[in-house]
Amino acid sequence: MSRSAAQFKTQANEKARDLRHRQVIRTALHGYEIVRDKCKDSFQSWESARQAAAEIKWEAVNHLDTHLEALVAKLEARGTKVHWASTGAQACEIIAQILRDKKAHLMIKSKSMTSEEIHLNDALEKAGFTVVESDLGEFIMQLRHEPPYHIVFPSMNLTRGEIKDLFQRELGDAPSDSPEELTMVARRFLRKKYIAADVGLTGANFAIAETGMISVTENEGNSRLTSALPKTMITLIGIEKVLPRMADLALFLPMLATAGAGQMMTGYNTMYSGPRQPGEADGPEEWHVVLLDNRRTELLADAEQRDSLHCIRCGSCLNVCPVFRNIGGHSYGTTYPGPIGAVITPHLLGLKEWKHLCNASSLCEACSEACPVKIDLHHHLLQNRRNAALALPAHCEQLAYKIFGIIANEPKFWWLAKKIGWLTQPLHRLVNGSVLDPVRPFWTKTRDLAPMPRESFKDWWKKRKSN
Amino acid sequence: MNIIMSERENILGRIREALKVPAPRPKSHTRIADDPTTSPAAEDTPQTAREWLPFVGASAEERLALFAKNAASLKADFQLLASRDELKAALLKLRDGEKWQRVASHGGELTDFACQTLGLPVTLTDRGYDVNEMEKCDAGITECDLLVAQTGGVAVTSRSTGGRALTVLPPHHVVIARRDQLVADLPAAFAFLQQKYAPNFPSMISFITGPSRTGDIERILVLGAHGPKKLTILCV
Repeated sequence: MSRSAAQFKTQANEKARDLRHRQVIRTALHGYEIVRDKCKDSFQSWESARQAAAEIKWEAVNHLDTHLEALVAKLEARGTKVHWASTGAQACEIIAQILRDKKAHLMIKSKSMTSEEIHLNDALEKAGFTVVESDLGEFIMQLRHEPPYHIVFPSMNLTRGEIKDLFQRELGDAPSDSPEELTMVARRFLRKKYIAADVGLTGANFAIAETGMISVTENEGNSRLTSALPKTMITLIGIEKVLPRMADLALFLPMLATAGAGQMMTGYNTMYSGPRQPGEADGPEEWHVVLLDNRRTELLADAEQRDSLHCIRCGSCLNVCPVFRNIGGHSYGTTYPGPIGAVITPHLLGLKEWKHLCNASSLCEACSEACPVKIDLHHHLLQNRRNAALALPAHCEQLAYKIFGIIANEPKFWWLAKKIGWLTQPLHRLVNGSVLDPVRPFWTKTRDLAPMPRESFKDWWKKRKSN
Repeated sequence: MNIIMSERENILGRIREALKVPAPRPKSHTRIADDPTTSPAAEDTPQTAREWLPFVGASAEERLALFAKNAASLKADFQLLASRDELKAALLKLRDGEKWQRVASHGGELTDFACQTLGLPVTLTDRGYDVNEMEKCDAGITECDLLVAQTGGVAVTSRSTGGRALTVLPPHHVVIARRDQLVADLPAAFAFLQQKYAPNFPSMISFITGPSRTGDIERILVLGAHGPKKLTILCV
């Protein structure tokens, strides 16, 4: 078993038994489902919208080179500096170099899962810069020195009491545990940071090839402030985020909000097309856009699973996944947890180390049904299982199935196996579930072993016929 | 510079290599009941998206009513005013009710009228401003480019509404709009922005839909996470 797999197993086991954790997640997600369904119902046809969104994304991803070149040409024409990074390390270095060039000390950041993917904060802190997360959930997780728990709701695993204690300890300011007052503590703290920051970094939800724009979706306004006040703005974006036309946003903005948070539109949906232009009152003097590959092109090369690049990171497949809901976001040990994470992580980080994730699924299809861009998630999980079995055969398992095949194919062996099972059953009952039980590790530790019936179906059928 | 250029070629090269193998087009898992014809071509999006997005009435009254309903559910304060006198009264009521000392604004027909009415010290952003001064303002008063009935939100830009910070930094954002700025839905909003600005877009265009909000603590809605705690839309 790989190190990640062992860690996954331990953490998942622990979390699945933690009833308090389960209650917190269920409460949070129950509210989500109600508002999401209400929002979906307000569409004249959510299904048609999904189909159209899937087709637009197909067009974008399957002509990615053309769209990227158009995007970059438009961005550069307005004075934006575009950087290309093949790896996460390159992207971190590009950003660190911008900070060095600007003699920056403090960088304020709005939410960016892509920056989590490349561990940007660690890299910049090692290079001597101070980085402050401004999204409330991300800010809370940064204070805890933990990665986000969920790609849209980073701190959904924490209760107000835990956040109050955290603020008291780290900021020395937590008047009560009311969400309102705690939010205001963060507001007061972060306001000063926006004004003091030398550089602001944002993530991105969409890029528009036609007009050369980057679109950022948020609720808090922290991304708006991050891109308004610091003199230098940086935007980190995965190459797959391109959409062909500006008008496509008319569909994608409400779909992202609906699937992600049960909102028709989030508070702020902002399209950036350059640094401060002549005649504008404010805005950054420089805007750097960093385009990141980081093995997305490997996913692109897999035609079968290419549609996983359609993902708009709404998090809805996490929210509906029975596995995610029980083991939580941190157990996965990946930047992207849940079904989409289980599909793409083996491509992004290596099949050998991460193949166990495709088994963390009941294949119930809830994820595929929830996906606003119709990614065939549950089939991709199956394909990952197949790919893992082909590339990294499990010899013991293969041998076990071979033996099972021989027994099951030969009626006499099968009869014998049944008899042995029936005869040893009373003996097993004596050790059932205890440490002496030979089937405990893979069955009776967490489940009951159903008793074998006195009579098999075949025997019963025979008797019934002869009567 | 060489490294940057070569990474561009490397990435584009890998993309072109990957795309040599075609991927299957997305198929519908289930038959779409309310769309019995063939699936729509992507080119038709601006027209067809309208048929799937939430319904918007045809008449101006219906749209205005829808905007009011959506704005209210977002906890924005929307006031439909019959005349400039009513606008004046609404502004003075806000000023006195919240004891405004100083406001921030930008030059414009409606904002100039508002600033004159208020008679308070004003931080104007048009020719540059001090960010600490704006931070101390009680309200940011701006115009907007359009109102969207479908969402209950407004669109602002870095060119037409006083820059980037004015619409998010002060704790109360007051938008003064005209009735004829109301568009039906998002496709109409994007068509309007294209027509007004393309190809020379403002460096920032933002759809503001309700006051700043967060649900990051126990998924409980709190207004004023970082941006304005209050959003008032005065429509004349």
